[in-house]
Amino acid sequence: MTQLSGETAAAPPPFDARQTETVIFTQDLVKRYGSTVALAGLTLTVGRGEVFGFLGPNGAGKTTAVKLLVGLTAPTSGSGSLLGAPLGDRDARRRLGYLPELFRYQPWLTGREVLRLHCELARLERGSWRGEIEAALVTVGLEGRGDDRVATYSKGMQQRLGLGVALLGQPELVLLDEPTSALDPVGRQDVRRIIAGLRERGVTVFLNSHLLGEVERVCDRVAILDRGRVVASQPVSELVAARSVRIQVHGLGPTERASLARYGRMAEDGEWLAFADVDPERVPDIVAAIVAAGGRVAAVLPGRESLEERFFELLAEGRA
Amino acid sequence: MSGAPLAARARRDRLGDEVAGIATIARLSLLEALRRRLLWALIGLTVLLVVVTAWAFQRLLEASPLPADETQLAVSQLLILVAFMFSFVLAMTAVFVGSPAIAGEVESGEALAILSRPIRRADVVLGHWVGFGIVVVTYAILAGLGEIGAVALTTGYLPPYPLFAAGFVALEGLVLLTLAVLLSTRLGVVTGGAIAVVLYGINWVMGVVGQAGAILGNDAIRTAGTISRIVMPTDVAWRGAMASLEPPTALLSSLGRTSVIFAVNPFYAAASPPPDQLAYAVVWIAVGLSLAIALFSRREL
Repeated sequence: MTQLSGETAAAPPPFDARQTETVIFTQDLVKRYGSTVALAGLTLTVGRGEVFGFLGPNGAGKTTAVKLLVGLTAPTSGSGSLLGAPLGDRDARRRLGYLPELFRYQPWLTGREVLRLHCELARLERGSWRGEIEAALVTVGLEGRGDDRVATYSKGMQQRLGLGVALLGQPELVLLDEPTSALDPVGRQDVRRIIAGLRERGVTVFLNSHLLGEVERVCDRVAILDRGRVVASQPVSELVAARSVRIQVHGLGPTERASLARYGRMAEDGEWLAFADVDPERVPDIVAAIVAAGGRVAAVLPGRESLEERFFELLAEGRA
Repeated sequence: MSGAPLAARARRDRLGDEVAGIATIARLSLLEALRRRLLWALIGLTVLLVVVTAWAFQRLLEASPLPADETQLAVSQLLILVAFMFSFVLAMTAVFVGSPAIAGEVESGEALAILSRPIRRADVVLGHWVGFGIVVVTYAILAGLGEIGAVALTTGYLPPYPLFAAGFVALEGLVLLTLAVLLSTRLGVVTGGAIAVVLYGINWVMGVVGQAGAILGNDAIRTAGTISRIVMPTDVAWRGAMASLEPPTALLSSLGRTSVIFAVNPFYAAASPPPDQLAYAVVWIAVGLSLAIALFSRREL
């Protein structure tokens, strides 16, 4: 059904040895609108089964990037592939679920009819429509409201319906552009649950968001976008990993203590030595150095940054 | 060996896909017309109009002091006036349904959801055109024949080509629908709709003026009319409708009327448009749709 293009073969090795297949790949994707640069060279790889967070302040180019991936707009330059086919390939869209950022479905249709329309547009087997529609309504919490006109839906319900539409037909890749922007805390929790469910089924999820806490909780890996450029792309665990450490030390003289400052910005607090801006890989070296100098280590407490703190640091570094 | 049949089958599947895409959007457009109560409002008002005009025609005949031939001429003129109103309503309907076809979907973001599916933009444009085209043609035929039938029953005047009259009005509606859809691929709903209505008005006026120029032998005015016909063939179709509703020329001659008297009468067509003008109208629609597809396909969403 799907034609694999030559471009897929030319894709670079996947980001992670555990990942065997690249689902999204872009190389120097640039999008300009007149003199405005919306995206200034996006190079990105997302592997199958990954939950990938795309973070950035408003206007960073996140939505433009998603539209380029879906093929709703053409890149000014650069190339890419989606599900093994060049960007914009029509057949690849059969295996794609997409929730746009700003949308309003036909107000004169019922929720069920919107879902049915998308079953038809996605060319799903007719026999599967009923089951798909019911499952989608239940998953997004709209059971009981499926026969109401979309015109009577609240913004949050419209967003739930949009999610349901994106989940139809068991897509291999789901692109969600700010899926929780209109949702209350309960709705946000539902979205996290839905994404967790997708992860369990091995579905790749590309989540556009400016809600850092949300991304931190559900994503395996994030890219941070600012002013059309990726300023960081790492697993969430690494991004928020210890950049600081506190070590409780006995039996070291002031000179030996002072010599440890070579490992990072150090502050003394009684028995505790606090290191800031330390590469986590070097923590064992610090401990070894303390022991070598005749000290005893009573405790090592790795610090943990929130993604929010890290996000602002990275933005500042990128803009410096 | 099996390569050729397989390729043919793949082509057929592709074709099936495309027809399916057009059919999906056409059905959606029809459903929209029904759900928005547009069709019902039109049908209700049309039935009312047919009843009221039938009553008026009957009263008019009862009180007519004119001889039969003159009365027939008067009835045909009034019928054309009523037909003009129907064609005007249809033209506005075509603009009102056509203008939001693409622009409305882009503005609401529906287009993003629809076009993320395996459907071509061409299918979306053609689907809307087919769906709303069915509404336009059905209305033209039902309303046109309904009115002509009512007049025939009450006055006994049956125009020479009633089916052609309805067909020409439908053609006029399709031309305007094409224009509205074309404009909606790049302009907002209100802007595109307003431009279509203004162009329609200018085209009608230029048709009247152009005919006057032709009958009175004024070349400059006649040329202006020709240019207007080329820019947009709505008036060509309308003139066809009028010609189909007029009594035979023999009647006019027997009453001693010559075309000069009707030179500037907006409700008189000197002749049915020649086949080349009608063929041009069809080509105009095809080119308009192709342009709409090309413009929408290049549009950034």
